[in-house]
Amino acid sequence: MQPLYIIILGSLIASCCALLGCFLLLRKMTMLGDAIAHAVLPGIVISYIVSGERDHTAMLIGATVAGLLTTFSIEFLSKKIKLQQDAATGVMFTGFFAIGVILISLFANKIDLDQDCVLYGEIGYLGLYNDAFIPIEIWRMLIILGLIITFIVLGYRQLLMTTFDLAFASSVGIMGALWQYLLMGFVSLTTVASFESVGSILVVSFLIIPPAAAYLITHSLQRMLIYACLIGIIGAISGYYLAVFLDSAIAAAMSVACGVELILIFIYVKLWKERVLSKAVY
Amino acid sequence: MIQQHTEAPILEVHDLTVSYNKKPVLWGIDFTIPKGVMVGIIGPNGAGKSTLIKTIMGLIPISSGFVKIFEEAIDKVRLRVSYVPQRESVDWDFPTNAIDIVLMGRYHKIGLFKSPRKADIDAAMEALEQVKMTEFAQRQISQLSGGQQQRVFLARAIAQDADIYFMDEPFAGVDAATEQTIIELLQKMVQKGKTVIVVHHDLQSVKKYFDWLLLLNMHLVASGPTKNVFTDELLQKTYGGKLSLLSKVGDLLKQHEFPHRE
Ligand SMILES: Nc1ncnc2c1ncn2[C@@H]1O[C@H](COP(=O)(O)OP(=O)(O)OP(=O)(O)O)[C@@H](O)[C@H]1O
Ligand SMILES: [Mg+2]
Repeated sequence: MQPLYIIILGSLIASCCALLGCFLLLRKMTMLGDAIAHAVLPGIVISYIVSGERDHTAMLIGATVAGLLTTFSIEFLSKKIKLQQDAATGVMFTGFFAIGVILISLFANKIDLDQDCVLYGEIGYLGLYNDAFIPIEIWRMLIILGLIITFIVLGYRQLLMTTFDLAFASSVGIMGALWQYLLMGFVSLTTVASFESVGSILVVSFLIIPPAAAYLITHSLQRMLIYACLIGIIGAISGYYLAVFLDSAIAAAMSVACGVELILIFIYVKLWKERVLSKAVY
Repeated sequence: MIQQHTEAPILEVHDLTVSYNKKPVLWGIDFTIPKGVMVGIIGPNGAGKSTLIKTIMGLIPISSGFVKIFEEAIDKVRLRVSYVPQRESVDWDFPTNAIDIVLMGRYHKIGLFKSPRKADIDAAMEALEQVKMTEFAQRQISQLSGGQQQRVFLARAIAQDADIYFMDEPFAGVDAATEQTIIELLQKMVQKGKTVIVVHHDLQSVKKYFDWLLLLNMHLVASGPTKNVFTDELLQKTYGGKLSLLSKVGDLLKQHEFPHRE
């Protein structure tokens, strides 16, 4: 059963990341996704230290708070102190991440957590430590995916409008900041929930690559969301078999598989550009 | 300073000061606008025209003073106010089509957490028809020309069915024919009693288009009916210091006097 669980979990993570990543991409904020993925580290470590064990609820809360804090502080640096957005992002996430690394080494003997585990994850351990019928990680990710889909379906028009034209959206009374922080809250939540399995760095590739590939092949936001999920899921499945074939790290192979998809799609679009463009008019 | 106030104004801006990072870009702006006129906001680049509109829409915090529309704060009357941002302010490579943009104008009528109904789609198509864009409804927005994109923005505003419209440079980068279509449309709206406020750069057409003018250059240079305000002296004050431009303005004024003598 384990291979199936790994593929299911990989697909769930890929779908969550793909959906959120589409909005990050269109808001030109993919690097903020990257920043959050790194900056949740101190949140995870602190909740670990405070709760004294691998308490998932505490970790989810701690890391979501850390993620939102990163978003706040990047906004603060770029809006109030007038640092460029990318510089502000770079400063904040390396800072947060460094704090996390220092905390891990300070408390290394007290907690069962190391940098490699947080950074790279290991989806292969899935379900090894508990004998529940369906591993808890899958349930958790399923609930998060449900929340994200609900969020996007209910808030579709607000998300569309604040992403495309924030000034107009605000002029009709939509609170841009609210939707921004809800989105970032979900990115934090997803990052944390998946770090054990795919690691906080590879989450970033799931956040960026499938949406980027989907963006190349469609001119409709709804289709972009669906295609990004499909591309992510295909990446997760083929990545698993790639890892088995190469006997390599599973999460890394999934990320490589997504990258290969992006390249193939890019070549397809370049080679068939005229056809794709003329079709895409409607 | 010429500053003509009106009885029962539809828009009142009182002693407004606006700053970016504590540095004021608009100082003591004070004017009123009557109902049912076409208003031009004129001034050089960086004069604060876009800032003024955004502040009226409540998108930029006010340092001092106040704005009232229909004698209310903007947040109470958003349904009756429409804002058309500068076309370059958005990314036109966004994956969506023209009608979806126009449907954004129906945001309040569609209601929270619902999807557009037939009535909304009909209204959006009707708005597209008014700007002569029916056949482009399903076209992806990056595949529209600049003038067509501008008309999509206009259709979105029409779909809002507001009472007062603020438009930031709706004529920027459109050809003469499109400009004609748009101005006729705006004039029709004004005839129906709506108030249209337009940021405009082309001094040649000012007299033809606008009933009322705001001359702006960080301070308000003048506000009032075009015939009182569109004078050589006030324009020199507005565009102050730019000699080549000044002589051009002088020429323009002379040119425009001919048809009026007929
Ligand atoms: N976000 C911002 N932060 C800081 N300063 C700004 C910002 N936006 C505009 N400014 C400054 O405020 C002043 C007014 O800008 P604004 O965009 O309102 O001018 P404008 O009259 O619309 O010019 P244009 O004709 O070029 O559109 C300018 O000096 C500009 O540099
Ligand atoms: Mg402007």
